[in-house]
Amino acid sequence: MENKTMEKATDPAVEAGLERLTRDRIINTINQVLEKETGARFKTYVETCMRCGLCADACSYFLSNDRDPSYSPAAKVKQTVWEMIDKKGDVSKDFLRRAVHICHLECNVCRRCSMYCPFGIDIAYMMLMVRRICHKLEITPQYIQDTVNSHSVTLNQMWVKEDEWIDTLQWQEEDAREEFENLRIPLDKRGADLMYSVIAPEPKFQAGLIYQAAVMMHAAGMNWTMPSMPGWDNSNMAMYTGDNEISGRIARTFYEKAAELGVKRIVMGECGHAFRSIYDVGNRWVSWGMPPFEVVHALEFYHELLTQGRITIKEKYGKKVTLHDPCNVSRGRGLHDMARRVVNMICDDFVEMTPNREHNYCCGAGGGVINCGPPYKGERMVNNRVKAEQLKATGAEVLIAPCHNCHSGLEDIVHHYELGMEVKFLGDIIFETMDKKVYKGK
Amino acid sequence: MNGFIDFIMGPMVWISFLVFFGGLCWKLAAVIREIRETEPYIFTYLTLFHSLRSIGAWLIPFFPRSTRQQPIFYGISYVFHLALFAVPIFLSAHVVLVEEAFNISWPVLNDGLADLLTVVIIAALVFFGGRRIMVPEIKFLTSAKDFVLLSIVLLPFLTGFLAYHQVVAYRWMTIIHILTGEFMLIIIPFSRLAHMITAPLTRAYTGSEFGNVRHARDW
Repeated sequence: MENKTMEKATDPAVEAGLERLTRDRIINTINQVLEKETGARFKTYVETCMRCGLCADACSYFLSNDRDPSYSPAAKVKQTVWEMIDKKGDVSKDFLRRAVHICHLECNVCRRCSMYCPFGIDIAYMMLMVRRICHKLEITPQYIQDTVNSHSVTLNQMWVKEDEWIDTLQWQEEDAREEFENLRIPLDKRGADLMYSVIAPEPKFQAGLIYQAAVMMHAAGMNWTMPSMPGWDNSNMAMYTGDNEISGRIARTFYEKAAELGVKRIVMGECGHAFRSIYDVGNRWVSWGMPPFEVVHALEFYHELLTQGRITIKEKYGKKVTLHDPCNVSRGRGLHDMARRVVNMICDDFVEMTPNREHNYCCGAGGGVINCGPPYKGERMVNNRVKAEQLKATGAEVLIAPCHNCHSGLEDIVHHYELGMEVKFLGDIIFETMDKKVYKGK
Repeated sequence: MNGFIDFIMGPMVWISFLVFFGGLCWKLAAVIREIRETEPYIFTYLTLFHSLRSIGAWLIPFFPRSTRQQPIFYGISYVFHLALFAVPIFLSAHVVLVEEAFNISWPVLNDGLADLLTVVIIAALVFFGGRRIMVPEIKFLTSAKDFVLLSIVLLPFLTGFLAYHQVVAYRWMTIIHILTGEFMLIIIPFSRLAHMITAPLTRAYTGSEFGNVRHARDW
């Protein structure tokens, strides 16, 4: 155990943060979070766990590391929460170094273990609570903290400035208009039927995805809009670092933007964590039981466009495809069957991976893990071997991942394990296969 | 000595049952009160339908996927829990005692079957203990406390079994049997054995979150 702890990567933010800590601050912070910010739920989870170890088989980290006991979900709780409780917060810096690592890099908060615990104990929630403690102790890994700082300053994850955002949309609109006459990306259109929102990495690195979405909206004749002002980014990394205050600000701005535009509903791009933040988490922090808008994931939206015939598929995609169920839209929203219907509508040759649907293995990147950045990439590859094996067994050429986090994580897995697969969004395939003739002169 | 036996078979039985039932009620009330005070949002998401659906799904043997992946553990666990309640409640010797005291009775288990189930309980507890020593991921989670809990459950059944068969020191065995049985009842509400009342609560909440909010299943 000790040796392994020393070998694990860490980063300057964690080390500098640990450097600054005093014993008093550690004790006070931990007790403040455990006593004031948790309640019956946390206590009941800790008291109810029978240490039966049945959650172990749920965890891709445990399975990928040859059943190393320290990676089982309950073991992660033992190495963090139980000890903090036992020692009444009086833990060492070495303990905290390990705790940061466990809660940020050895748990994707994918909630698969909840489905394997006979009592349904939500271990992801407890890991998020440890992240909250780390946040308050200012020992959050550097890269993910940077995204939170960006959220704090710009209200988007990627330091995208306001003019850059508008510029990017106009640039995509201009490009698309060369192909499709009259195509618009309507900004701030009040009373539009739907607000389309994306995560900040789209304008930053993958503007083509916005192009594709605009083409689909155009073809389907949707009355849509995108906000020009902060609030356009639906991602929320603060949700994953336990910076609840910033997380709440992000969610609040987002809902306010939609309210200001007076849209009927919000359509989200293909991102799982963003969906979780708007549909499941942000609303709670802003004190709404459920979001005040209908929140629709891209997957549901595509399903609607295809079943209503607003978009027609010219020729189905011919390559052999498999589908990865992202935790936040399968376990998080029950969209797995709908995803299959969409895939079958656009693809000819679909092969399942096992396990699948709610039981799918995590991409190994979600829950903020990939956002902790390059220092941890090597570990991430080792920790997700089971995913590579699962993918390889399908023999598919193309892997569909309708989630940005999964997408990036799976790209890494595919390259590292030389699986020779192409990773695609559902939108990529729809764009490729849809009947584009309808656009001309529309 | 007779005074002592009268005490543990009289007032102490009352005390044990009062602490057991009272303790569990207190536990339940404490959890609900704390939710009201600190996390009332829990009631926002909790639904009766999804709670019962989730609890129900996990009561059906080998219905949840994880139970099928660990058939030996779950198989033993199902039988163990059933026997754990059935044996003490329906044992003829116990029913006779109740009948003598209150003049009420209920159907009893055949003595041979009760005996067999007691062996099953003891074997299951040995299995649970062995697992804690032999399976690395469970060993990692195990502390001395877990063996103490297993022993607390084991003792009344083991001594009851020995007393029934009158193998050794019948009188003493019976006394230890009564004492350990009472001790187990008293300790349940104050230990992790209280999962008999908290596990349905955690399951209900997770079931509701999965079913009501996320429109997914949790088994």
